[in-house]
Parts: sequence; structure tokens; C-alpha cells
Amino acid sequence: MSTISLQSIEKYFGENYVIRKLNLEIADREFVVLLGPSGCGKTTTLRAIAGLEAIDSGDILIDGKPVQHLRAGDRDIAFVFQLFALYPHLSAYDNIAFPLRATREGTDVVDRQVREVAKALQIEHLLKSMPSALSGGDMQRVAIGRALVRRPKALLMDEPIGALDAKLREDMRSELKRLHVENEATTVYVTHDQVEAMSLADRIAIMHDGVLQQVGTPDDVYLYPANLFVAQFVGSPVMNIADIEVRSGNGATRIEPHGSGVGFEFPAELGNMLAAAGDGGLKLGVRPEGIQVAHEQTTGFQQVEAHLIEPLGAYDIVDLKVGDQFLRARTASGFVNRPGDQVWARLDEEQTHFFDANSGDSLGIRLGG
Amino acid sequence: MAAVTTRAERIGHPIAIVAIIVVTLIFLAPILWITSTAFKPRAVATSVPPTVIFQPEVTPFVKLFTKRVQLREQPTQEVYDAAPWWEQAIFDNGERVLRVRGNVQPSQYGNRFINSLIVAGLSTILAVGMGTFTAYGFSRFKIAGRDDLLFFILSTRMLPPIVVAIPMFLMYRTFSLTDTHIGLIILYTAFNLSFAVWLMKGFMDEIPKEYEEAALVDGYTRMQAFFKIVLPEATTGIAATAVFSFIIAWNEYAFALILTNRRAQTAPPFIPSQIGSGVVDWTAIAAGTFLFLLPVAIFTFLLRNHLLRGVTFGAIRK
Repeated sequence: MSTISLQSIEKYFGENYVIRKLNLEIADREFVVLLGPSGCGKTTTLRAIAGLEAIDSGDILIDGKPVQHLRAGDRDIAFVFQLFALYPHLSAYDNIAFPLRATREGTDVVDRQVREVAKALQIEHLLKSMPSALSGGDMQRVAIGRALVRRPKALLMDEPIGALDAKLREDMRSELKRLHVENEATTVYVTHDQVEAMSLADRIAIMHDGVLQQVGTPDDVYLYPANLFVAQFVGSPVMNIADIEVRSGNGATRIEPHGSGVGFEFPAELGNMLAAAGDGGLKLGVRPEGIQVAHEQTTGFQQVEAHLIEPLGAYDIVDLKVGDQFLRARTASGFVNRPGDQVWARLDEEQTHFFDANSGDSLGIRLGG
Repeated sequence: MAAVTTRAERIGHPIAIVAIIVVTLIFLAPILWITSTAFKPRAVATSVPPTVIFQPEVTPFVKLFTKRVQLREQPTQEVYDAAPWWEQAIFDNGERVLRVRGNVQPSQYGNRFINSLIVAGLSTILAVGMGTFTAYGFSRFKIAGRDDLLFFILSTRMLPPIVVAIPMFLMYRTFSLTDTHIGLIILYTAFNLSFAVWLMKGFMDEIPKEYEEAALVDGYTRMQAFFKIVLPEATTGIAATAVFSFIIAWNEYAFALILTNRRAQTAPPFIPSQIGSGVVDWTAIAAGTFLFLLPVAIFTFLLRNHLLRGVTFGAIRK
């Protein structure tokens, strides 16, 4: 297994600038997820690593050696496609054996390796089946077997479980995690599903419009989003974002969602930090679980109205009416009885983020913690 | 909803069945006619009204494959008894089989039929082979002016072929290609190539490019990926294209008539040419036509599974 290094990769599709000066270092045995909405360039990046797409400038290094001029077949990587791309006229066995046959291995060597990988994937009983007779999950297991059988330097996966239904996707997700732990293959994984990214990745690289937005562990990108895009793309329900006004005084800083007339209390030092950040517009971001809700009037809590309640089983999402704005809070299920109830709310300073409204970048302010 | 459909079906069914029967009869009538005439005694072949019930015989086929002359006098009983059954049948028709030093002289039909097989077969293989490669290129690679090129390829089929008959004839004569197998093969290949490119491009477009990409990543060359992955996936399309190309080449009449006369002549111009030699024997012509219909029928029958999937290929997927 090995490292992959992308150095100022650029790619154009005609007039479209689809990968913009992308730099990314992937360590040996690391599981990196490229996450982003469709059209963000993540799949193109993956295909460029594989050699299925030529790049216009930059270097792709595998194990420190530039490979951007090598053919796909000479890069010694494996690729798993979203629609599996199992050869329909070959049995599962022959599909898995196909990459080995390119290297003209002996029949017994091929047979041993195919059976080995089939055992690891628990698909030994399916080897004789044709792809058309397999379920979606089994097709993907065979496709992964075909990728792993050659022991490639790196495993590239393009939304490998995106075409499966929700339940199966969850099963396959844990299976992929197990496989990675067992095989320790350097893996680059493309998805638009942030849950998949969070649960699988060692590190997540979030892309938007061909630009790498943030690279970090799942905790990093979740807890400390680098900008508004990352903040809103990662996490469900989506992070609350509001324009704010800052008022200082009485040993505290009050943050007021624009035009709401409700000032949430924050430590006094925040005022200085925000002032130091410049005088452009400010935005606040807080995840639903970062909003604390109380039934009774409590010090530091502001009175708001519970406008809507979405019961989700394990917890409820409550839309709080703050002036003429709404903030969505996560509460224990059944915590708020009915819409229209008056409750008290406060923003947890550890979980509140501040962004420059113009650039969208995080101000990097970390309170408490 | 279901009830409405059922009622519509109940009303539609008999009408549909009648319509299908009528249309089928109209389409099959000429084939039935040729087939029955091929087995008719000469006396009833041209009777008015037509004879439908008769004792079938194979004499027309004997005539088709032999050279015959009119009997000037009846053969002696000895000669008649010594002759094999099929020669007796010819005697009964008022003709005798031409023999040179005792050997039966065959007609040219066999040669012409083999010519047809060679010309149609080889031109089909060439057209489908080249068409498959070309279509793959057009389907997979960015080619400057691709749409214009494709239109240009198709445009070769827009002209009625007979318009170019005289220039073709002059060109063929200049290059000594008249009455050669290779000449007709080149011509039919050119005919079918544009058609094959267009048909195969449709099929190639339907084959997900991920199949080859998977093979490319796994260490195969583009060429290996083409032969190991794309071709097996394209068999349906290749079969359909081959059937259509074969039918066109097999049935071609005008250029075969103009460009060949002996050695390389195919069956279509040969069969009617027999009308002109002595007595018009419709049963022998029908026998020749009947045999001529068989290869296409057999070829189509053999590829029927591929063909059925082939013609619906684009329809069943989105």
C-alpha cells in the first residue's frame, strides 16, 4: 500500500474549470473521503488519480513517483464504479479473476487469489453466478473483490453504495469499514452523502465548485467547519445560519439574530474577538444540538416560541421563533409539548461558530472548551 | 382502470386478430406462391385459375440444376427405362438432360448461388467488422467534427444507387473489376458500411463506458478491453447489423446485373436470365427463387435471439 499526493491539479472540460489548484496528501493506509455536491469535481478528481481522466496541469504522485503521464493500467490502482461495472458476460468468478489474467498469472495462482478474496468478502457461494442473477449488494461485493484481488497500491471508489437502497447502504457501509480495517488499503472514496463520509473516513476532503474547502477528520469538519459551505453541507439537520448584530455591555456580549430583537448572551471576550475580526457583516452558525432549551425561565436563557415540532423518534427538532427568524433546536423527544408553547433557549458558546458574511470563511473563534 | 383495459381488449382482440391474419396473408402470399410453384408440374404452373391442390414433385429442381434441350423425338423405351428417375421426369416434360460423354451437364445455378454466398458473406463480414471499429471510435472518443463526419457517412446512402451506375461501371472497367468477386465485395461493403456504422454506434453508445474503464484500470490495453469486453457486449448489435447487411447484399440486383455476367455473377441477375433461354419454365425459376430465399431465412433464424433483443435494444433501456 502507499501514499497518494495531489499537487496543484487543474482540469478543464472545455470552458469549464472543474478542478482548481487542488492539493491533497493521502497517507499510507488512510481512508480519505472526497465529499461534495454533484458537479463539485470530486469524481473527476478520483478519475484523474485513476488515469481515466487526463489533467491539464499539476502532479499526481503515487509513492512519491509522478504518474500523471502513465496509463491507467500502469498505475497499479483499483477502481470501484458506482454502477459496479461487472462484465455481464462473465461469471462472478471470472469477473474477480479478470484483473489477474491481465498479468498472465498461472491458473492455480489466479484460483487461489480469487477464492481468498471471495472468502474475505463472504461471497464464495456466489462465484458461479452471473452478475444479472446477483442482488445489488452482492454485485458490489463482487466489484470490490475484483478491485482487491490484485492487491493494488490504492483503492478508489466512486459512490460505490450510492445505487443501493437505504437499508442495504447501511450494511455495506459497515462492511466497507471492516474491509478497510482488515485490508489496510489506502482508499479514496467519493460520495455526496455526508453520513457515509462521516462514518467511513479517516479524513474528509470537502469540495465545492472544483475547490477543496476543508480537509480534516470527521470531528474536525463537523465541529470546526472552515466556512459556511462546509458548515451547511456537513451535518443533518443543517446548521442554523443567521445574520447577526453584536451588542456589548454589562460584562457580556449579546448576539442578536438580525432584526429579531432577541439577544443571546455570550462571554464578554467574544465582543473583542469579533471586533478584531473586522467590520464586515457577521454570520452565526449553530447546529440544532448547540441550542439548549429549557421549560422554565433560566439565567442566560431567552424566551422564544416553539413554532413547529418534528418528532424524529430518538429526538425532536423544534423550530424556535426568534423575532421574525427561526432557529432549529434539537431536544429530547416530547420535550416541548405542543407548537406555540413558550420556552427558554440559549446558544452553547462551544458550539457556536462565527463567519465573515462576505467571504463565508470561519473566523476561527473557539469559545469555552 | 383494469376493467376499462379489459373491455378495450375484448373489443380490440378479434379485430386485431383479423387484421394480423390479413396482413400476414398479404405478406406471405408471394412466398407461398413461389414455394408452391417450385414444386408444381409444369402443366399446372401457369393454369388459370391457379391450381392450389396438386401432386408436388421435385422436377423443377432437377431442371434448375441441369442443362436441358428440347426432345426432337421420344426416347426409346430402352433408353427411358435405363435412365434414373429424375431423368425420366425430364423426359416426361418433353426435354432431355444434356450429357457430354455420358456426364450430366450442370446448369450455372450452383455456381451463381455460391457466388452470392461468397459476395454477400464476405461483404457482410467486412462491413460489420469495419463498422464496429468505426462506431466504437465515434462512440468513445472526442473526434473533431464528429457529427459532420457521421452525417457524411450516412449521406453516402442518400443517393439512389442506380444514379451512380454508369460512373461505377466505367470505374470498374478501368480497374478491371468487372465480373470479379472482389469488385462486388468492395461495392457491397461500401454500401453496407455506412449503415453498419450508424447501427453499431447506437449499440456502442448503450454499452456503459465503465466496463472498458474497469478493464483499463485493471491493466488491460484499450485494444484488449475492446476485444474482451466491448465485443462480447456488442454481440446483439453485431448480429442485428450482420443480418441487415447480409439481406441487403444478398438481394442486391441492379449492380450485380451491370457489373457481372459470368464468373462472378450472383443469383439475383441469373435467375431471371433463364427466362430468356428457350421455353420459359416458371417452375424452374420458382425453384431457383425458392432456394435463393433459404439462406437469409436460415441466417435470420440462427440469429433470431440476438436479433429480437437487437431491434428492441434501444427501446427497453432509457
